[in-house]
Amino acid sequence: MAKRELQEINAGSMADIAFLLLIFFLVATTMDVDTGLTRLLPPIPEEEQKDEVQVNKRNVLVVLINRNDQLMVGGEFGTRVDELKEIVIEFFTNPQNDPTLPEKETKEVEFPPGSSPLLPPSGVWVGNVSKGVISLQNDRSTTYKKYLEVQNELVAAVNQLRQDFCKLYFDKDYDELNMNKPNEKEISEAIRKIYKMNISEATPKNIEGLN
Amino acid sequence: MAKFRRKKGKGAQKINTSSLPDIIFMLLFFFMVSTTMRETEVQVNIRIPEVSEVKKLEQKSLVSYIYIGRPNRGLQAMYGTEPLIQLNDKLVNEEGIPTDAVQDFVLFEREQLPEVDKNKMVMSLRIDEDIPMGKVDDVKQALRRAKALIINYSARKDYENQGR
Repeated sequence: MAKRELQEINAGSMADIAFLLLIFFLVATTMDVDTGLTRLLPPIPEEEQKDEVQVNKRNVLVVLINRNDQLMVGGEFGTRVDELKEIVIEFFTNPQNDPTLPEKETKEVEFPPGSSPLLPPSGVWVGNVSKGVISLQNDRSTTYKKYLEVQNELVAAVNQLRQDFCKLYFDKDYDELNMNKPNEKEISEAIRKIYKMNISEATPKNIEGLN
Repeated sequence: MAKFRRKKGKGAQKINTSSLPDIIFMLLFFFMVSTTMRETEVQVNIRIPEVSEVKKLEQKSLVSYIYIGRPNRGLQAMYGTEPLIQLNDKLVNEEGIPTDAVQDFVLFEREQLPEVDKNKMVMSLRIDEDIPMGKVDDVKQALRRAKALIINYSARKDYENQGR
């Protein structure tokens, strides 16, 4: 009788059971992760605004995509998509204070005190912030692919500026700021105040109004 | 010598399969961890564009999906080849105004969310590369009217052009 307790359970079908589960998971699940460009749509104005916000002409960079997926950037026809990032970076930084590029305004942005040796101990950054706005307009026949490529370049340009700032002041990659740490979250938010994602998307309805 | 010869004479040996379940379980756990459940069946053809600046969507419970693409081959006899909008798992196929359906969809999806998350709703737009923007603009206008302002243009990471 004592011998019976030593008997092993037959585990030969274990592999079959595991296979069955494996195949179930292979069929019922997908591997694609959700990635993409997150953007904010402008809210619909409460009532008809007759007086449109006056924006100085030099502060607007108009990016047009026509029905044949060709670009017109700042009045120049035939820009390639891969040139766009440089143009946008120059537009936002305006390094030579060119009178045809956007104005800047002096602004104070608070960083966490003592977070960078390049900032005063109080952590207040004082500098010039661009007033530039990018106006993106497309035709109804533009392909989505082209539109997204252009959007991507605009986002890439702003990300590049943020990254450069973050690297210079905090010796960190902007992407790697941990949003769960209050200190780094504050830094990230402050950088976003300096380099704003000012992309206005005209609706096809009011294209005439903006030209 | 005799010992060796006797072994050879026995013929094909059995392979020890006792570790097979372990291997399969390992595979199983890998798939369980790295994949997500299929929630909707996509009825339109979608080739997601590839761009370099993509970010991961964090909270899946806040995300609703809008698909725009041409119908699958099996459905083309029924719906033709014009681009259609699919909201989560139902296809918008009436001739009328699809944007009204989008608005109703947003309101319905917002109802499903807990009160604190109602204004954090993310609409993920999964749109085929070749769709003309007119259709997309209509949907965007509908989303604006429905006050669903956080959108995510679904795209895959493009590794080739990263260093540009």
